Parts: sequence; structure tokens; C-alpha cells
Amino acid sequence: MAGLRIERAPSPVWVRSLIPVFSIFVTFLLVSVLIISAGASPLQAFYELLIAPLTKTSARADILMMATPLILTGVAVTVAFLGGYFNIGAEGQLFAGAIAGAWIGTLVTDLPSTAAIPLMLLGGFLAGMAWALLPALLKVYLSVDEVVTTLLLNSVMLFIVSYLLNGPWRDPVSGWPQSPTIALSGQFPVLIPRSRVHLGLLVALASAGVMWWVLARTRFGLELRAIGKNREGAQFLGIPVRSRVLMAALISGGIAGLAGVSEVGGIHYYLSSTLSNSFGYTGIIVATLGALTMPGAVLAALFLALINRGALSASRELGVPVYLADVIQATLLLVSLSFLLLNRYRIRIRR
Amino acid sequence: MELSIESILVLFGATLRIATPILLGALGETVIERAGILNLGIEGTLLLSSFTGFVAAQVTGSLWIGLLAAMLTGVVLCLLMGLLSVTLGVNQHVSGLGITMLATALALFWFRLQYGGGTTPPALDESFQPLQAFTGTPLEPVFSQHWLVYVALLLVPVTAWMLNRTSFGLRLRSVGENPEAADTAGVSVYRVRYEALIVGGILMGLGGAFLSLAQLGAFSHGIINGRGWVAIAIVIFGNWRPGRVLAGALLFSFVQALQLRLQASGIALPYELLLALPYLLTIVAIALVGRNVSAPAALLKPYRREG
Repeated sequence: MAGLRIERAPSPVWVRSLIPVFSIFVTFLLVSVLIISAGASPLQAFYELLIAPLTKTSARADILMMATPLILTGVAVTVAFLGGYFNIGAEGQLFAGAIAGAWIGTLVTDLPSTAAIPLMLLGGFLAGMAWALLPALLKVYLSVDEVVTTLLLNSVMLFIVSYLLNGPWRDPVSGWPQSPTIALSGQFPVLIPRSRVHLGLLVALASAGVMWWVLARTRFGLELRAIGKNREGAQFLGIPVRSRVLMAALISGGIAGLAGVSEVGGIHYYLSSTLSNSFGYTGIIVATLGALTMPGAVLAALFLALINRGALSASRELGVPVYLADVIQATLLLVSLSFLLLNRYRIRIRR
Repeated sequence: MELSIESILVLFGATLRIATPILLGALGETVIERAGILNLGIEGTLLLSSFTGFVAAQVTGSLWIGLLAAMLTGVVLCLLMGLLSVTLGVNQHVSGLGITMLATALALFWFRLQYGGGTTPPALDESFQPLQAFTGTPLEPVFSQHWLVYVALLLVPVTAWMLNRTSFGLRLRSVGENPEAADTAGVSVYRVRYEALIVGGILMGLGGAFLSLAQLGAFSHGIINGRGWVAIAIVIFGNWRPGRVLAGALLFSFVQALQLRLQASGIALPYELLLALPYLLTIVAIALVGRNVSAPAALLKPYRREG
């Protein structure tokens, strides 16, 4: 009798390389139901989401701007996940970086940009690392699950930000819960005239490039990937698992911190609690869609930014709530997680 | 703030009210985790069930239908968690977070469709009202609570009894501790895990509904505001046992109630730092206890039959 059989062996390469295409297709099929429920035509909505933003110069620039924090958090999450360290704390680490960036940004009034901006980036990187340190230490020395600790520290960080903005850092001029504006020399230069694409994009691409090189070409990268694939095996081979995982967790926190500096220095020029639209959590989607590779993360971040920008026009043109973008991203994550099983299993037709 | 018996009793009353949705969520999470699944979808599950409960109550005019809709939403989202983590065996962390993201996005999407972009939260004409008990006595603020508060408290021994004294509980714990042995003994691991998810989903649905149908009688985007993450922390803090989970929920809620009280009385205090305290305490507790001691042994591990 004919039937389907699931075997524990990787699916053929052509199937695996089509996983992103399958995932996107199935996601849009599922989301069509919602679009119809909102009284719009799915085809028109997909045009607004995926094509329309690419036809206008200003929208293309918006995509680059919106992709910037997502590239950084995606790279951050990828580095940690590759080593088998599930850093869910990028959101908190991003805010740690934002706090450092906003603080240093107000101190650098007398410095030229060429000194002020690197200082802010360095401070943000270190702050993100510092916020990632405790869960990483607990993980490698006490085997405490990092997911719960990093998740809880995200909430703690939100309280710290709220404390700063309602207390010592409340803007004395406006009285709004936002920190004082950073010095002009700390504000990132704009890369494309008449747009909001800022230096942060180069920082993000450089981070992705450097981490690609580190993971692909250095001993650290090789060992980290070995740990991620098989922790016990790596230990057996004499790889210093603890220090490698610790390092990956700290780098991950540091890069997430850069995302915070980039939003402060490039977009807002002050710290606020609405600085991040869940960029840290979206980083997990970026890393998963990008199949834990650096080029993949950059592409995934650009794709999600396209959907975010597209949802704005879909909302304006068709009246579909802008949260459609969030629905698509979450669905895409769950669908592609399921399809990624094809890397480990294959389906055969049994006769 | 004056310290009188009355003010302390009011504080206790507030503690119970604040604890209820967290306790319901944490009990649901306990049941699910004891079966071997970490459900990080809880935050979104609370939000979406609180929303569907609200909408169903408003559309039908029946709070009971609202309650039912909320529980059904909890079950559906937990079944989705089951599809991903039990049937497909996908990474539980990422699938749970994905469900939170999806449920949150759906709640916000449908909210916008239903109520437009207004900033004032829609409210129910009629919501569940607190029971009247000990009226006119100092005990009134403690015991005049919504009936769901009492249900939540009652569910603590019920859950403990179910886990420890029933054959369903035995099977549930066995698939959470040693699925291979349970399977050999003829227990269907998948089936029991799905059953645990259904029970947990009902509890989470009740937790979400309590906020929108009883305590607030309204819905807003921030209605859950991290309560799901608190529940996750409390389950660990409570060592996966309903009684201790209750203790954790009450402790957390007492700090919250105290903080609100201090804030209202105008005492200048960095209350955000006070609010962060329970989270830090949980991290310390996890570090001290070490998660290997009492966490269900098969937590986070998808079960696959060999062969």
C-alpha cells in the first residue's frame, strides 16, 4: 500500500535550498485568510507589501533604515545560536547599549564626530556585553538555562529604562520621559541625502562581515560551530567549551548593544522606552530565517524590513491594519521552523 | 503611608487580585512543563485569550460566552504549541516565542480591525462584579473578590491533586521525567503531552479572561504587560509544585501591591527598581537551586521513538 514515510536523513539538497521559498509561499497562503477578513484582496495586499515599496526611492531608503537594527540583532542572535546558546535577551542588551550610547552621547560635546561616534559604539558594545554576562556565566558554570534568565533580564532592563526616564534622566526641557538630546557630534551622519539611512547601516553590515569572517575563517568560529552541532563531542575533542560559549554570548550581547547605539545615534538622538519595536525578539526571526548564516541574516533583515515598510502602504492604501507585518513575521518564523526539519528528515513515498 | 490593620487588609486584598491572573497562568504552565514542554507562548496566549474573551462577551452580550471563548483560545494556541513541539519536535524556545509573537500580532491586528486606531480602551457595559463578603467589616477588602479569584485559589490544590494523586497525573509526570520508560510502559507520550497542553490552555485562557472580563472589564494592548514572563519565573521559583507556585505568585503580587500603594501615597521611591526585584530574586533562586534538581528531566526534549 502506498503511503508517506518519514526517515531520519536529510532531504535532498534541492528541497533544502527551497525551504525559504516554501516557507514564504505557505505563510502568504495562511495570511491571505486574514487579509480577506480585513476586506482586502490578498493579491493587492501582496503587491503593496512586497512590490510597491521597491518602486519608490524614498521607500527603498526606508527599508534600509528599518533593516539596520534588525541586521544587528539578527547577527547577534545568530552568533549565540550557532554555539548552542539561546540568547533571548537581545532586547535587553539592545537597551543596555542604548543607555550607554545616550549617556556617552551627552558627554562628547567637545569631541569631533570621528571620536564621539566610535566612543558611543564602544560604550554600547561593552554595555550589551555586560548585560549578557550574568546569564552567560550562570550557563557555563552552573548549567542554568539561559533562555529564562535572558528573558527575565529583558523585563529588568525595561524597568531600569523606565526608572532612568522617569527619574534622573527625565528631559528637563520638555519634561517627557526621554533622556536629554545627545550632542551634535554624536549624531550619526546620513548616508543617502534626503533619507534617514544613517551610519548604523554600515556598522550593521560591517558587523555581519566581521562575524562572517570570524565564524568561517578562524579557529574560534570553527570551534564554536562544532560546539553548536555537538557539545559533548566538542568537549571530547578538547575544545574549551566554556570559554567559547561565554565568548559567543558576550559578542552576541555586544552586537545587540550596537543596535541600541545605532537607534539612539541614528534615529532618535535620545533614549526612550519605545526606542525598539521588539527588535531584539525580531532578531530571533531574522536568525532563524537566515538559517544561522551571516548573509542569510542580512537578507532576512532586509526582507522583514520590506514587509514592515510594505505594511505601512498596505495600511494606507487598503485599510489592512499595519500589524499585518507582525502577523506575517511570526507566521513566517513558525512555518520556516517547521520546514527546517527537512534538514534532518525526509519524506519518502512508500509503495 | 499609615500602617493600620485596615490598610494592611486592603493590601492583602489587592495582593489576591493581582495574583489571580499570574497564578492561573503559572498553574497552566506548571501542568505543561511537568509534561516536558516549556511553553514560552504563555505571554501571547494570555493576551489573545484576554482579547477574544472580551470581544466575544461584547458581541454576544454574555460574559460566560466570553469566558468560554477565552478558554478555547488558550486551548487552540497550546495545541499549536503541541503541533510544533510535540508532533514536529521543533525547538521549544523558538516555537514558544513564535507563538507569543503570533498571538500578540493577531490580537493587535484584530483589535485594530474591530475598534480602529483609537487610544481609549473599549470597555464592557457589564463585567463580572466582585462578590460581597463581610460587608461593613475590616475583612471586606480581603474577601470581597471576584469569584474567579476563589476559583484560582481552589485550582491550586486541585492541580496538585491531579498531578500527584490521579493516574492522569502519574502519566503526565512520567512523560515529563522519562518519556522512554513511559512509552515502554504503554503510555502514549504524544497523547499525554497534548492533554497536558489542553489543561494548561484552559487555565491560561481563564487567566487572560480574568483581566478583561472581571478585574478591568476592558481591553488594551498592554493588558498582559509581562505577566506571562512572570508566570514562567514563578513556576521555576515554585519548583514546579502548585503550592509553592501559589506562594511565589502571592509574594510577587504583594510586592506589586505594596509598590502601587507607596506610589499612590506619593512617597518618592524608585518603584521601578522595586518591581525588578522579583525577577532578580528568581534568577538568584534558579542559580542557587540549579535547574537540574527539580525541573522535569525531559523538559525541552522532543520525544522521538527510535526506529
